[in-house]
Parts: sequence; structure tokens; C-alpha cells
Amino acid sequence: MNFKEVLGIGEAFRHGNLITRLSLLILGLGSLVHRQIGRFVLFFALELGYILYMLTVGITSVRNMITLGLVEQGEVFNEAKGIYEYSLGDNSMLFLLYGVITILITLSFICFMMGSVRCAYQAQVDSRAGKKLPGILQDVKSLFDYNIHKFLLTWPMLGLIIFTVTPLIFMVTIAFTNYDRNHQPPGQLFDWVGFANFSDILGLGGSSQLSNTFWPVLIWTLVWAFFATFSNYILGMLLAILINRKGTRLKGMWRFFFMLSIAMPAFITLLTMRTVFHNNGAFNILLRALNILGPLETISYFGDPLLSKITVIMVNIWIGVPFTLLITTGILKNIPEELYEAAEVDGANKFVTFFKITLPYMIFITTPYLITQFTGNINNFNVIFFLTNGEPLTLDYYIAGKTDLLITWLYKLTITNKDYNLGSVIGILSFVLMAVCSLLTYRFTGSYKDEEAFQK
Amino acid sequence: MKTRKFIANSAAHITLAVLSVIWVLPIIFAVLTSFRAESGSYKTYIIPKAFTFANYIGLFEGALNYGRWFSNTLTVAIFSCIVSTFLVLCVAYVMSRLRFKMRKPLLSVALVLGMFPGFMAMIAVYYILKGFGLLETGQFKLFALVLVYSGGAGLMFYVPKGFFDTIPKTLDEASYLDGATKWQTFTRVIMPLSKPIIVYVLITSFLAPWTDFILAKVILGQDRDYYTVAVGLWTMLEKEYLQYYYTRFFAGSVLISIPLATLFLLTQKFYAESVGGAVKG
Repeated sequence: MNFKEVLGIGEAFRHGNLITRLSLLILGLGSLVHRQIGRFVLFFALELGYILYMLTVGITSVRNMITLGLVEQGEVFNEAKGIYEYSLGDNSMLFLLYGVITILITLSFICFMMGSVRCAYQAQVDSRAGKKLPGILQDVKSLFDYNIHKFLLTWPMLGLIIFTVTPLIFMVTIAFTNYDRNHQPPGQLFDWVGFANFSDILGLGGSSQLSNTFWPVLIWTLVWAFFATFSNYILGMLLAILINRKGTRLKGMWRFFFMLSIAMPAFITLLTMRTVFHNNGAFNILLRALNILGPLETISYFGDPLLSKITVIMVNIWIGVPFTLLITTGILKNIPEELYEAAEVDGANKFVTFFKITLPYMIFITTPYLITQFTGNINNFNVIFFLTNGEPLTLDYYIAGKTDLLITWLYKLTITNKDYNLGSVIGILSFVLMAVCSLLTYRFTGSYKDEEAFQK
Repeated sequence: MKTRKFIANSAAHITLAVLSVIWVLPIIFAVLTSFRAESGSYKTYIIPKAFTFANYIGLFEGALNYGRWFSNTLTVAIFSCIVSTFLVLCVAYVMSRLRFKMRKPLLSVALVLGMFPGFMAMIAVYYILKGFGLLETGQFKLFALVLVYSGGAGLMFYVPKGFFDTIPKTLDEASYLDGATKWQTFTRVIMPLSKPIIVYVLITSFLAPWTDFILAKVILGQDRDYYTVAVGLWTMLEKEYLQYYYTRFFAGSVLISIPLATLFLLTQKFYAESVGGAVKG
């Protein structure tokens, strides 16, 4: 799609008269000339507000964003009081934040500038055609009719811009600074470092402790996502088949038993599981009672890297299988019965029909679900954080344990360790990972390509 | 043939029974421990020697402030549920039933935003809230939580959009022919048809504050009186409190799970349909 077409400003500029073109600089000029006073007042107020903002705060904050502060907070000896006092220094973090906010304000102002031109052009065309131009009352009314999308979208977008977009852009810019625990405002300044953090983490300039953490954590994240997704998927489907088969009685009761565990909030089941798999937890006691373990033996489930990883995947099966059960039950009923009858006639046994009919059919239908599960598992913060918190810890890694995923490592880097720059880089890299997976999803999803199928 | 069927059926039922035990045991363990009379944390046995209600009563007295945590979370949940539902329905309706120039670009932007790890931006959110002066007192912090939960709601439109996608377009057209504005069509034609999905959105956005942990932890900090239930329960299992609060943790968990599980079971129909429906399309 052509960018200019979306904004519709190219045409306005090519065919607009001088007034229309001037509306870019003097917002609302076109509206004023065509006596749409309400629109003119709104546009002009916006322009005045923007100019005032830029003159008072805006220009300084952009300048500050470029330097990120020059004056470090210092200690000055106050002879009169006989103590050290802190002199006020620059706060790089706030400078960066205000800079980002100013840029966003400027961008939205540019949108209003274009809006003004489009408005003026529309008025020019309409008045030449002899149409009556809408007054402010009709404008307001149109917000509830053919412009309703503007009215309905304003509020959610306001929330998203303040609490999602601005913070995200801010964090992305931090990836290019040295805002780590040794550069903490307000005491210290931080500065732009370009792609240094990226090359540190990816190990481009030779391997370091950081890159020696990143790559294994990335690999474990992918391995985890793979096993977590497919173990849940296949086991859940087998369970659904087991419950749905003709001979099984009390179907509702079985389903209810499995449903119980997902009805409880995830963090509660996970914290419970953490106590169950504690060295002195219920599971070890059960093993001792069954004489599988000697009375004084313990298995330390989160002590050994491999065992810890296996335990996490096992617990995830316990948590996730009922979800698959919930989803696949309905779809399984839709598989045409004739397929199975034909297979039976040909002498196929249960295993063959599962692998040749059920599984291909299910995978065909649920591929998008599988891929969203996969990306969801890449970012599965809860399971790791509540269950192992990354344990067992290792000195080979930088602030990470053997079961840490990228997302829990990000949490530790930012919340615990205040290495915001590294956390940002990890966030950006997981975004890239997610983007690749999601692109695959949408390439292969029918519901995205043909979303109006049911509206016709 | 008959014996073979009998063996197959028995095997299936035995497997199901064993699996059910595995799935139900941890829950029974949690419930049992919540009634355990012996204090302290881990014991060398599973079934308690004596039972008591003291753990439940203990939640509401002394240093623990479970009642307060509950009412905090309830307040946040109610307000953010109302605001989020409004926002989510707006976006879902617009994206599903209206066609305008910026629609596809906005959908792509939503997709891209959804791919960033959610709490990557938490630090910035924290400072923005601080800039607004919302982290000064506990009440303000709860208000900040409502703002943040409902501020992000605009991106949760996929399931209701899927629902709106299935309502025939002819309904809208008929309504326009009768002279209704788009607003009237939205509020008087489509909304009454969408009660199930409104209930779904209401319940899911009501549940979010009860189960969210990270954001609440970062915003609330050390303000124990203003903790939500999730943050409060988590702190009870911290190393320094584990000895005292182990059994009460389970009591608190059981207490909170009952209403939340009930609400969740109400939404599960939609959950299955949304995934099944979306992919069937």
C-alpha cells in the first residue's frame, strides 16, 4: 500500500489551491476561508498549543535527548553547615523519556497538519461543487455516524499510546545506551553507545560472559517452547480421544477432574507445585512412602540442570494438557466418521488411524493455534518464574540460571539487576523471534486471509 | 470380540482413573494442607495429623491483611473490568464491522505491538506513572493499576472481533436502510445480539487483576496494605515468611480459587469456541 494514499495528502497537494497548501503551515486556514469556524478554532488552538509547548519545553528536551545530560551530580562541601551537599545534576533517564514524549507529540502534530490540509482540500472541492459545507454540529454528529470509527478508536488508542507505545519506544531507545547498574540516574549519567549492547550479547566481538549466557538461554527457550507445545498438544489430544471414545462412560466426570486444575489461577497452581517438588515436599514424601526412595534419600528436582528442565516440562504438561483437552474435544467430534470406517475396513489398527487420520486432520485444523501456543511458550514467564525462578543458578551465566528463558532473564536483568540496556536488547531480540513465528502463522492462517467468510 | 472390547474398555477406564488421580492429587494436597493444624512448613507426611480452621481465620488477623488485599483487588478488578470492556468492545466492533482507510495499517500495528514481551516496558510505565504523581500514596497506586490494566485493553480485541465477524452484515445494512446511524446500529442492533461475548469480555477482564503478578508487584512495591491477593500470596512463600505462613498460604489460595474457578468455568465454553471457531473459519 502506498503511504501517500493512506494519508490522502498527495492528491490534496497536487490539486489543491494556495489556501489548501498553506493549511499545512497555518492549521485550519482552509476551514477559516470556507467559514467552518468550529474546525478552525480547534486546529488553531492545537497549533498554538504545540508552538507554546515546543518553545517552553519541547526544544530543550530534544536537545537534552541528544546529549543525555552533561552535568553529573556532584558533591559540594558546604562550609557553613560543615557537610557534603549534593549539587543537582542532569537526569539522563528523564531526558530520554521527555525526548521520546516530545517526538511522539511532534509526530501526532504532523498528523494534524496533514489533517488540516485534507480538510481544506475537501472544503475546496465541495464548495466548488456547490455543496453545503458541514458546520461544527454536523461534525460532532458525524462522529456517531460515518466517522464513528474515529470516535470509538480514540479512547483505546489514547490508553495504548500512553501505556504501551510510549514505554515501548522508550525501552527500545534504551537498548542503544549504557543505562546499566553502573550508570544509574540521578547519581550518574548514561550515554548513547550505538549497537555495542547488541554485539556484546550476540558475541559479535568475540565471546563474553553475556554471549555465553544468551545463546544457551536462547537454545533452551526454543527447546522448551518445542517440548512444552507438542507434549501438551499430543498428550491432550490422546486424552480427549480416550474420553470421547464410544466405550468410555461418565465422560462429564472425567472431564471435570481435568478441568479443576485449569480453573484455579495459574500462579496458585504453580506455587503449589513449587512446594510439592521441594526437597522435603509432597512428591519426595510420596516416593518415600512408596519405598521408591529410602527414608533419608531426597531427589533435588531443581538442583540439577537436566532434572530441573524435565520437571518444568512435566509440570507444564500437568498444567497445559487440560487446555488442549478443552479445545480439541469439539474439533475431534467434527472428524468425519466415514474416514475411520473406511480405514477399519482396510484393516488399519488404532495406531495407524491415529497417525494417518486423527493427527493430520488435527494439525491441519489447529496449526494457527499450535503456532500461537509456541510463541506463547517462548514468552511463558509464569511457569519458570513461579516454579524454578531459573534455578539451578550457575556462575557460567550472567544473572541467569539453567532453566531461565529469555523472558525471565529479561525480568532479572531489569527488575533485580537494573541492567536496563541489556534487558531492552533481550526484549528486542525476543520481539524478532516472535515476529518470525507470527509471520509464519499469518502466512498459513485461513481465518486471517478470509476473515469476512461469515459476514457474507 | 466381546472380550477384546471389555479389555479395551477396562484399560481405558483404568488409565483415566490413574490420570485423574495425578491431576486431582495436588489439589487435594493443597486443600488438606490448608486445614492442617500443625504449624511450620514441610512435614515428613502428607495427610495432616489434626485439622483446624485456624489457618483460614489467621488470614484475617495479625500481620496478614488478606481481607484488605481482597478488597483492593476487587476494587481494581471492578473498575478496570468496566473500562476495559468498553475499550475492547469499541476496538473489536470497529475492526470487525467498519471499513475505513486506516483499518489494515492499524491491525498490523496491533499485531506488532502484541509481539513485544509485555512487561519489557514496565520500567517506563513505572516512571510515567511516577511523572503523573500516581505512586505517591497507596490509593493512587491502585488507581494506577486500573489505568495500566485498562490502558492495555485495546489490544485484547481478537476474540470479540472473531465473534462480531460471524454476525451477518445484512443486519447492519437493514438497519442503515431503516435510517439508523452507525452509533444506533452499534448500540441497538449489534450489542443486544452480542450478550455472550460481552459476558466473556467482562469476566476475562475482571479475572486479569486477580491473576496478574508482575505489574502489580512493580507498581505496589513495599506497600503491603495495598497489595493485591496475588502479590500478597506470593510474599507468603518468601523464604523469611515460609515457616509462619505455609499453611495459611494454602488457606488463602483455596479461598481465592473458589470464586475465580467458578467464573472461569463460565467462560470456558467461549474459550473453546473462540479457538475452534477461529480456526474452522
